[in-house]
Amino acid sequence: MVLLDVQNIKTYFHTEYGLVKAADGVSFQVNRGEIIGLVGESGCGKSVSILSVMQLITSPPGEKAGGKVIFEGKDLLQYTANGPEMRAIRGSKITMIFQEPMTSLNPVLTIARQLTETLELHLDMDKGAARERAIELLKMVGVPDASRRIDDYPHQFSGGMRQRVMIAMALSCNPMIIFADEPTTAVDVTTQAQLLELMKDLVTRLDTSLVIVTHNLGVVARYAERIYVMYAGRIIESGLSEVIFNHPRHPYTVGLLNSVPKLGEKHGERKLIPIYGIPPNLINMPPTCAFLPRCTEKIGRCAKEPWPELRSVGKDHYISCYVDIKGK
Amino acid sequence: MAGKPKVSTQSVDATGVMAAPPRTSEWRRFSRIFFGRKLYLIGFIIVVIIILTAIFAPVIAPYDPLHNDLENRLQMPSTDHWLGTDQLGRDMLSRIIYGTQISLLIGFSAVFASAIIGALMGLAAAHYGGWVFTVIMRLTDVLMALPSIILMMLIAGMLKGGGIWIVVFALGFGGIPGMCRMMCGQALSVKENDYVMAARAVGMSNWRTMLTQIFPNAFPPLIVGLTMAIGGVVLGEAGLSFLGIGVQAPTPSWGNMIMDGQRFIMTNPMLSLIPGVAIMLLVFGFNMVGDGIRDAIDPRLRGVL
Repeated sequence: MVLLDVQNIKTYFHTEYGLVKAADGVSFQVNRGEIIGLVGESGCGKSVSILSVMQLITSPPGEKAGGKVIFEGKDLLQYTANGPEMRAIRGSKITMIFQEPMTSLNPVLTIARQLTETLELHLDMDKGAARERAIELLKMVGVPDASRRIDDYPHQFSGGMRQRVMIAMALSCNPMIIFADEPTTAVDVTTQAQLLELMKDLVTRLDTSLVIVTHNLGVVARYAERIYVMYAGRIIESGLSEVIFNHPRHPYTVGLLNSVPKLGEKHGERKLIPIYGIPPNLINMPPTCAFLPRCTEKIGRCAKEPWPELRSVGKDHYISCYVDIKGK
Repeated sequence: MAGKPKVSTQSVDATGVMAAPPRTSEWRRFSRIFFGRKLYLIGFIIVVIIILTAIFAPVIAPYDPLHNDLENRLQMPSTDHWLGTDQLGRDMLSRIIYGTQISLLIGFSAVFASAIIGALMGLAAAHYGGWVFTVIMRLTDVLMALPSIILMMLIAGMLKGGGIWIVVFALGFGGIPGMCRMMCGQALSVKENDYVMAARAVGMSNWRTMLTQIFPNAFPPLIVGLTMAIGGVVLGEAGLSFLGIGVQAPTPSWGNMIMDGQRFIMTNPMLSLIPGVAIMLLVFGFNMVGDGIRDAIDPRLRGVL
């Protein structure tokens, strides 16, 4: 069942140097209880896409330039960014976990205050009930000695613990969808694994959908059921994660996977091939495929025709490329 | 020098695991810096004495500050009148003591009022941006372009009557632009923090975000400015009273005492000098307390002081 249907959203930024099309026609679907990965390198528009869905892009300089976000039969982009309808959805039905646990908690408020705020705001709980629930949530995300630590301030928590608090906050109103914007980039690898296991465990238990935004292919390979690969503000390939990891069809995805070492590979067995060149500057982009200058598979058609739309190349498998490198 | 290698001072227990560093209490750190330097301590003591004087004025004042005693006019200090008497034979010490009440009342309420209004304006400007920001900030620019004494004279002069609250209004109004600027600057930097975005992501309204997220984080640095502003306002009150548009006689305020005394400056210079010294002490005291608080809470000075 499609819970959230993001159709062709466009978010542009007006800068001194020109127009930046940070998300230029991004579409994705989130099904109930599903874990999705949104992958791409830095600056490709992953975060902008989900912030656009949440309507958290500050305007100006940001501009919602089009598209639809269908959730529960309504188009969220029709609501004003900080109007009551949007606020009622944010934090209760769709929530977010941010990248930097060190800065995404307010340093002057206790953990209790920050957790109960959401509960009082959306569920109309009284102070006592909200506190009970907050302690329960902290226990659920594995904060030891929760009933005492709830009165601590964020600086008394480590980075991993703070991210657990953020997860507790995101889960507090039993949301339908959680967006996790690089949730584990700022913590070390051990904690990363713990947090991801925790998140996976919780969302399966609570039947919540999770959208993980990351540049870490390992993370999506292990946790996501479906993957959307982004490049320069567009989705360039999407499909089931098994399919994409084993049979990538877009030259960019192929390049990405070729440049990642695999565990268990013998020395010298496979040469790592980098993607040459640098990601494009998003200001005043040409209409042709943005990956063209770095592409190793390009054909004559690529430089003459505009960036192709997504097309189906298999069951639930879409790419936006004129070339199909199946079999290579 | 072939000295011994530096040994960590942290204790290591039997298992070889370093014990957690001792938790230093923020309050202890604060008081070590704040009370540890003579100048700040002196300022603090002066402020405490001034506040106590204002509270207990009726108890400690030896005479009624409004009582005329024309036989003993313009006396120099004596055992009966420690600081002498003025041109109507009123006891100077009692007038100074009661004047403390007026000065502090005006100082605190004007700063409080300008802080609230200025802070709200600054917060709104920073949070909403766009035309709200432009309107508010240009307005403060206009107010700042006028010399504050002229602005205050204008207000005090327009609202004739010269009651204390008119003086408070004039002085408070003069303080709004500065406060607004400070708050706006702080709020602009605080609002870029992730937790503000996180607050919006859980569905908080603009006002709630402003008051529960931005304000508490933007406010502490302003405490310093506020403390110092009290000294400035007392000085402003003295200026207005000296010009005859401040607190009106017979209520004793330090400013109008200086004005009264200047006519007799050749006969009894004490009349102007004493309230002048009182003002100086108060301004010094509050400035030192402000400096002390700034040094004690400034994270950049951690470990240096």
